[in-house]
Amino acid sequence: MALGPHAAFILASYGAAAAVLAGLIGWLVVDGQRQRKALDALEARGVKRRSRGA
Amino acid sequence: MSGFWVLVRRDLQLAVREGGAIGTALGFYLIVVALMPLGLGPDLNLLSRIAAGVLWIALLLAALLSLPRIFEADYEDGALEVMATADLPLELVAAAKSLAHWISTGIPLALMAPALGILLNLDIGSAPALIGTMVAGTPAISFLGAIGAALTLKARRGGLLLALLVLPLYVPTLIFGITAINAVALGSDGFWQSFAMLVALSMGATVLGPVAAAAAVRLQLQ
Amino acid sequence: MTNQSITQKLANPTRFMGLSGQLLPWLAGASAAIIGYAMYLAFFVAPPDYQQGHTVKIMFIHVPSAWLAMMAYVLIAISSFGLLVFRHPLADVSAKAAAPIGAAFTLLALITGSLWGKPMWGTYWVWDARLTSVLLLFFLYLGLMALRSSIEDEALAAKLTAVLALVGVVLLPIIKFSVDWWNTLHQPSTGLTTTVHASIRIPLLVSALGFSLLFFTLHLKAMRNEILRRRVKALRMAEVDRAQGSHASAAAAE
Repeated sequence: MALGPHAAFILASYGAAAAVLAGLIGWLVVDGQRQRKALDALEARGVKRRSRGA
Repeated sequence: MSGFWVLVRRDLQLAVREGGAIGTALGFYLIVVALMPLGLGPDLNLLSRIAAGVLWIALLLAALLSLPRIFEADYEDGALEVMATADLPLELVAAAKSLAHWISTGIPLALMAPALGILLNLDIGSAPALIGTMVAGTPAISFLGAIGAALTLKARRGGLLLALLVLPLYVPTLIFGITAINAVALGSDGFWQSFAMLVALSMGATVLGPVAAAAAVRLQLQ
Repeated sequence: MTNQSITQKLANPTRFMGLSGQLLPWLAGASAAIIGYAMYLAFFVAPPDYQQGHTVKIMFIHVPSAWLAMMAYVLIAISSFGLLVFRHPLADVSAKAAAPIGAAFTLLALITGSLWGKPMWGTYWVWDARLTSVLLLFFLYLGLMALRSSIEDEALAAKLTAVLALVGVVLLPIIKFSVDWWNTLHQPSTGLTTTVHASIRIPLLVSALGFSLLFFTLHLKAMRNEILRRRVKALRMAEVDRAQGSHASAAAAE
């Protein structure tokens, strides 16, 4: 698979795409885990929504 | 309709009374244009070629500085809340305030442009076209700017944010404004085409601006 | 109940969480498989272009990115409309989740466009009509995110951001038109606009499909995260409320 004289630019483009998308995916996964953990911790402490009326 | 003109007059009187605002915008305009040759070198041919662009960009920045004035004071002292409950629809309130901003900022800046054009070696014969183009184009700046001013009433770092929100919306006005002036100053054709586009942009902005600005203000008064 | 539309059914965040949780792994798998196939086509099947040589391979990521940059804005505009007009409970979640993803694809379109420009035009940045409009679109994304983050009250921030998004959608075609007009005035159209041959069009379409699926996967995941974040926030507020309540009743008992 020869990429010709401009191989560096092609690889840089695909590298940039991989980096940006990996960053996005990583951020979403980590953020999801963090929210899930926070929610579990709150629920474990017995906090419920709409406790105002009680 | 009379309530509309009462509001325009009130805003104009306020702008004149605290005359500092208009003076600051004009001074800012002067200094930005004067810095350009210092940055780019005194080559008169180069300066006359880029004069239209420099004059328009500096005008955008000078007008941008005064945009918060449209709503800020009235929002903070509660006058806007009173206006919102009065008979005049909030859309017309926003239109009146934008119009007052245009008369008190856009027109003075446009009138000052030919004098600054001299600094940039712009052909003096193009002064009428320069003023005409800027008078036709600056309503878009005030009316679209009102949207940004309304959106950032409660925002932190409002001034910087306002620039980020509003400047991309000014691109069409900038492009057609510069081509119209260059058509006259550099002798290419197509002045009326660009001029017509500028007028169309300004007319569109007088509809879109007040509607969006009123929506934004209403959300923040609730 | 039976004649509810899909959007009505999805309006309930709990039901949305259930459905999207089931859908997400399938979407993720499909987008990975299709993007993988597109990359295979791009590198091993598609011939080099007779004019642009191998650099045409950049197109397989540049064009889908640019297309998704626009589509994400359309999605934000529709969601904003849904929030302001129909007060749909998930509309703002969708608009908020789409903004950073759209901005990322816009950035990607700019990076790959400029990497494509270097071998084609001899310079990384050319004020080509398309690059310029994509750059302005990027500024709009930055504006949306900056406005939302600078207003404390989240419900208000959502609505004001929606107003800005709708203003942007009215002005975007005008901005695009003016940039095209400006560009033809200054230089003849060059470079990125070559007619696309079938041997290149098919990998391009596969790639566009794969990236679109990836976009929806990411958007769905971001929406789920946002719903969880709002639940966490609501629970924390409830916890504080309760603590204050018990404090007050203890004080009253004394």
